[in-house]
Amino acid sequence: MDFDLQNSRPIWMQLSEQLGRRIVTGAYPPGSRFPTVRDLAAEAGVNPNTMQRALGQLESEGLVITNRTVGRTVTEDVGVLDAMRNRLAAELREKYFSEMKELGYSRAQAAEFAAAKTEEET
Amino acid sequence: MNELVRCANLSRSFGEVRALNNVNLSLPSGRIVGLLGPNGSGKTTLIKILNGLLQPSAGEVRIDGNAPGVATKRIISYLPDRGYFPEWMRVSDMIDLFSDFYADFDRAKAAEMCRALGLDGKLAIKTLSKGTREKMQLMLVMSRSAKLYLLDEPIAGVDPAAREFIMRTILTNYSEDGTVLISTHLILDVEQVLDEAVFLRQGEIVLHESVDSIRERTGGSVDQLFRDMFRAQL
Repeated sequence: MDFDLQNSRPIWMQLSEQLGRRIVTGAYPPGSRFPTVRDLAAEAGVNPNTMQRALGQLESEGLVITNRTVGRTVTEDVGVLDAMRNRLAAELREKYFSEMKELGYSRAQAAEFAAAKTEEET
Repeated sequence: MNELVRCANLSRSFGEVRALNNVNLSLPSGRIVGLLGPNGSGKTTLIKILNGLLQPSAGEVRIDGNAPGVATKRIISYLPDRGYFPEWMRVSDMIDLFSDFYADFDRAKAAEMCRALGLDGKLAIKTLSKGTREKMQLMLVMSRSAKLYLLDEPIAGVDPAAREFIMRTILTNYSEDGTVLISTHLILDVEQVLDEAVFLRQGEIVLHESVDSIRERTGGSVDQLFRDMFRAQL
């Protein structure tokens, strides 16, 4: 799983989003040790200050917890994880509606379309 | 954050040519900074002055509080924009030489980088290609735990695939509280690694900003901003 970084947005934001996604999808399981800044920076090919800032963001969102003795760990708080999952899902939904709008679907039509497709498949 | 490099009203002329004009620059420790400008904008002149290889015509330089000299050479690791090695020496001879010369040279690090870069210590320098020479030079420079790394065009002579490898080598080997100043005109290849960008135009600093703040402010890349700024003057 590689980082996908665009030069047109602050790198730290993209890193924290993509790390957040890894946490929600369980790539870094709840309660597990989080990789070090240095290792993550090397993996992403960015400098450690940038990665530090991305982790700072994850900490302020409560996804990652810094503990003096064991270092950084992934949160075990289901509420926090669900909230993040919800936020990502909401972003995905808005993206769907906005692209459907471009194709000429109203919001209601787009919702109907998504539901219909699901029924066809099941 | 403490100040590592300070240039105050720095100018340097070569006869009629003003290579640097009233440069004021302050760099903290622990940063990776891009010194970016087109050819002939004064990048190498500035780096040589920081090194003490050139004297300024006017103004002042302080590195960790000292004027360039013996004390600053001890803490600066310098990659020149050209090779300067005797052809008959082997890679291992260069490692011995650097290790004798600099107290902060780390042989274990050198060995590890040789392995990663595919450098064979037994090879004579005269047998190395241009790109391999540059890798060797980089290996020597990054094996020191310096406070300031001055890298003059570290990626100019290598192919795009090797550039990424070299940037990674720099990233994983600089000492944590050290500052790295990288001069280049290949901005796209370095911008993800940088904290700050300094734009030089005709010997003057026209921009000094954090790269993330550039992206936030312009909605584009550092490379794009560079192209826009330097196209406008033509």
